[in-house]
Amino acid sequence: MAEDYLNTTGRIFDIQRYSIHDGTGIRTIVFLKGCFLRCRWCCNPESQRYDIETMVVQGKEKVIGRDVTVAEVMETVLKDRPYYRRTGGGLTLSGGEMLYQWEFARDLLRAAKDAGISTAVESTGFADFARIEQLLPYIDQYLMDIKHVDSAKHKAFTGVPNERILENAWKISASGHTELSVRVPTIPGFNDTEEEIAAIARFAKSLPDVARIHLLPYHRLGQDKYDGLGRQYTLTEIAPPPAEQMQRLLAVARRESGLPCQIGG
Amino acid sequence: MSTFDPTVQPKSDRITRLVADLFAKMPEIEAARAVLITESYQATEGKPQVLRRALAFAHILEGLPIVIRPGELVVGSTTLAPRGCQTYPEFSWEWLQAEFDTVATREADPFYISEETKQTLRKVNPYWKGKTSSELADAYMTPETHKAIEHNIFTTGNYYYNGIGHYTCRYDKVLNIGLEGIKREAAEELAGMKAGDGNYVRKSAMLQAVIIACEGVIRYAARYARLAEEEAAKETDPARRAELRQIAENCAHVPGQPARTFWEACQSFWFIQQVLQIESSGHSISPGRFDQYMNPFLQKDLAAGQITRPFAQELIDCIWVKLNDLNKCRDAASAKGFAGYSLFQNLIVGGQTEDGRDATNDVSFMCITASKHVFLPMPSLSIRVWNGSPHELLVHAADLTRTGIGLPAYYNDEAIIPAMMDRGASLKEARGYSIIGCVEPQVPGCTDGWHDAAFFNMCRPLELVFSSGMDRGEQISVRTQDVETMTTYEEFFAAYQQQMNYLIELLVNSDNAIDVAHSVLTMNPFESCLIDDCMKKGLCLEEGGAKYNFTGPQGFGIANVGNALYAVKRLVFDEKKVTMAELKKALKFNFGQGIDATSAEDMVWESVRALQAEGRTVGQAEVAAITAAVANLQLPEADIARMTEIWEMIKALPKFGNDDDEVDEFAREAAYCYSRPIETYRNPRGGQYQAGMYPVSANVPLGAQTGATPDGRLAHAPVADGVSPYVGTDVNGPTAACNSVAKLDHMINSNGTLFNMKFHPSALSGQAGLDNFVNMIRGFFDQKGFHMQFNVVDRDTLLDAQKHPEKYQHLVVRVAGYSALFTTLSRSLQDDIISRTEQTSAQ
Repeated sequence: MAEDYLNTTGRIFDIQRYSIHDGTGIRTIVFLKGCFLRCRWCCNPESQRYDIETMVVQGKEKVIGRDVTVAEVMETVLKDRPYYRRTGGGLTLSGGEMLYQWEFARDLLRAAKDAGISTAVESTGFADFARIEQLLPYIDQYLMDIKHVDSAKHKAFTGVPNERILENAWKISASGHTELSVRVPTIPGFNDTEEEIAAIARFAKSLPDVARIHLLPYHRLGQDKYDGLGRQYTLTEIAPPPAEQMQRLLAVARRESGLPCQIGG
Repeated sequence: MSTFDPTVQPKSDRITRLVADLFAKMPEIEAARAVLITESYQATEGKPQVLRRALAFAHILEGLPIVIRPGELVVGSTTLAPRGCQTYPEFSWEWLQAEFDTVATREADPFYISEETKQTLRKVNPYWKGKTSSELADAYMTPETHKAIEHNIFTTGNYYYNGIGHYTCRYDKVLNIGLEGIKREAAEELAGMKAGDGNYVRKSAMLQAVIIACEGVIRYAARYARLAEEEAAKETDPARRAELRQIAENCAHVPGQPARTFWEACQSFWFIQQVLQIESSGHSISPGRFDQYMNPFLQKDLAAGQITRPFAQELIDCIWVKLNDLNKCRDAASAKGFAGYSLFQNLIVGGQTEDGRDATNDVSFMCITASKHVFLPMPSLSIRVWNGSPHELLVHAADLTRTGIGLPAYYNDEAIIPAMMDRGASLKEARGYSIIGCVEPQVPGCTDGWHDAAFFNMCRPLELVFSSGMDRGEQISVRTQDVETMTTYEEFFAAYQQQMNYLIELLVNSDNAIDVAHSVLTMNPFESCLIDDCMKKGLCLEEGGAKYNFTGPQGFGIANVGNALYAVKRLVFDEKKVTMAELKKALKFNFGQGIDATSAEDMVWESVRALQAEGRTVGQAEVAAITAAVANLQLPEADIARMTEIWEMIKALPKFGNDDDEVDEFAREAAYCYSRPIETYRNPRGGQYQAGMYPVSANVPLGAQTGATPDGRLAHAPVADGVSPYVGTDVNGPTAACNSVAKLDHMINSNGTLFNMKFHPSALSGQAGLDNFVNMIRGFFDQKGFHMQFNVVDRDTLLDAQKHPEKYQHLVVRVAGYSALFTTLSRSLQDDIISRTEQTSAQ
């Protein structure tokens, strides 16, 4: 029964091949459904609920979410192996939050590693570390969001406080299993002041081992999806941060963290 | 180890001016060549044909007006006006005379023609009545072949109307021993023969023709030397005066003598490239491995401190401009199939040396830079990629791709070299391959590839399966089993193969007829002395003089046929959701999506022929009545609904291009239906047929002659181009499309396959974008893909260019195997390019 884990079932809402701006090389991103957070700027609102739901896309109703086995997902993931080999790319789990379906995520990551494919996750790190710990041996790159160091503000904009996230960041960093990158979605009115970015940068510096910091400028690309889901987009007042401001924040992040920093994936 | 300096050299103001001058006016047809060749032919009647050809060539070079354009460093122009063209009545001329009044206003590739030129051509053209290669070819073809052409199954118009071209000659030999050296070789061959030898008569005439032709070219260069000297004497700017003096010195020396400097090598190369086009109207005369034969001259000058890198770059840029100065006027129908004023002069860099080492050098980089500087469709720049290609070279190439010019095209050594060896090339020869025209590989300098020999529309035989070989009420192909009586998919597939096999044979008959006509009437001694082993054999290229002889007709519509076969199997035979009768009707009535004028005309023909078959006379009144009946035809709502339903079912099926193993297998089989029968045939030059899978731009006009197909393609829409997925049906991203295409057997299609991809600029942004792009190509090539080319331009830009062509005069896009100016393409071809799936990267 060694291959039992290949039959683990999970719920995904998309698989995107030829993703080249998320992690190293050409990657296949599997989007898992369900998230613990409710970030107000989330560009994949259809990912948040675990339930299968309907979204209107370009005037047509589309079912979001389907249940699949690890083996079924791997069939698609394996198709791009020649490109992973040439680019150092591989599988990325995104979401949603892969920890929402941590057993499925674990088994999928394990299947990829067994096939010699490198792995990355985009994750909030919001879960019991005991669970995360079971995944770490199978994760080559952990791209973790640190959205704010102030817990109250974090809760106001994401629905959850940040203590567990910050603690897990430290533990993941210290585990020695994976390369940790800190990602900061830079949202006007939430965390786009120099002081706020500086605080996040200092936090990153305090961790045992962080590869780099990414500042991800806020964009509105997900806005239409809220309409499609019959939900309210609450950030209509804000505009993407101007390039000069991002450059300024980048300089702050560099200065305060001493780590390699970049804008974008 | 390859050594190279990847530093990007600057673009000089001279190049900007030369390009601007090139586009100052609409291209024009000139009459000088037609007058001169007619004079010569009239004076040489009764002499051996090969001598007549050489004498005519020399006479043309003696009398053709010459011009040095302002600021040129490399000289030699076939026409007084930039981008003009001469005419070639020995191949065909009646079409042009018929198009005198429309050629300036036609949609594809218009040319200005003055009243004076028309007058002159009207005077000389009648001499050629009954003497052209096209008329002789007609006489050689069987009636069935003519019928198949008339019904648009395939077209062999390329070589029917024109010279052959499609070779890469021994530029290296001219650079290193000069035409005088080649004349000496011819003289030695002659001296070694006795008048009683069996091949003496033919061979001695051929060798004499070579000597006459070479002398003609040397005298032509001398005319330029005198002109440069005269202009230098009048020139007031001392810098330009010095340039003109040097040009005069260069032209006095090359191509007769070996080149002594890089500048002379550039001039010598150019004269050869230019006069080859004057000799015949053949296109795709391809410079081939320019970086390999030019680099030694550059290195010698650099080592001696005689040239700077920026100046060397400027010289290469000047050649690039000249390559765009050559032009050709085709008949209106062919112009649609070769749209974009293209001469398909393919020039390839990189790859391997004949002993298997990386061949990248300084000139490889400079060629890519030159395309960036000049930013015009010519040359059709190509790059050879192998496992040892330096990443720097590919990134430099990708940086050019990113500009949206559609250049370079990428070729895979790891697939092409074995494919060529399978066709008889030695390992050394195969490692030295270059690309001709669009995508056709050959061993340069010793091959007559007859690439581009035909466009075969693989969708038409599929249509004929549904009509048992009837088209417009006529039996034009084999009477295969009535589709409605078929009970298995195997029967259906067998009928398709029968249709294909029959029509492929007619295609071969057509090509061979044209082939023989050229060998009898229009052999070209000058090109022949630059291709091995013509002089040794004493035969011109057209007569089978080359070491390797092929005929490479290309099929297209693989994606449509593959998807169609799959749809028929699934819906009709496996799932039985649609009956064959329903499908047949749905195809006839365009899936209920409306009937256009062409389909209506087809129906009228069918009714008329059916009545005639019953022995009834059909007069004008009956035709009018039938036409009115067809025009007023109203299908019942229920019929339309059912057809639409069938259409939706077909559209929902998996399609080739999405990495679905099951449907991809059907595309692979569809391709074999063409390539396997083709390779069993032989041509009159003693060589083999080999299939290609690329459409140039003919997928649009030939699609316009094809009814609805069972893959859901509507009537008269373009068919799939090359081996690419059908437009809009590949939705799983570039790697999925690549994987599907890689599942085809590329190696059997040794005349080349063409894979078109369109990228949004964002997919190539930044260094990471370039790296990933290059490695995606490598990933495709790891799976033995053959070729890839890219359009990197956003949809909005193209739509805006349609609206405001004046703003986009220089917008270059990749059409198929070549790049062309977007605004010069016909509206339907523009639409086709816009609708090719745009691959963006997931954000």
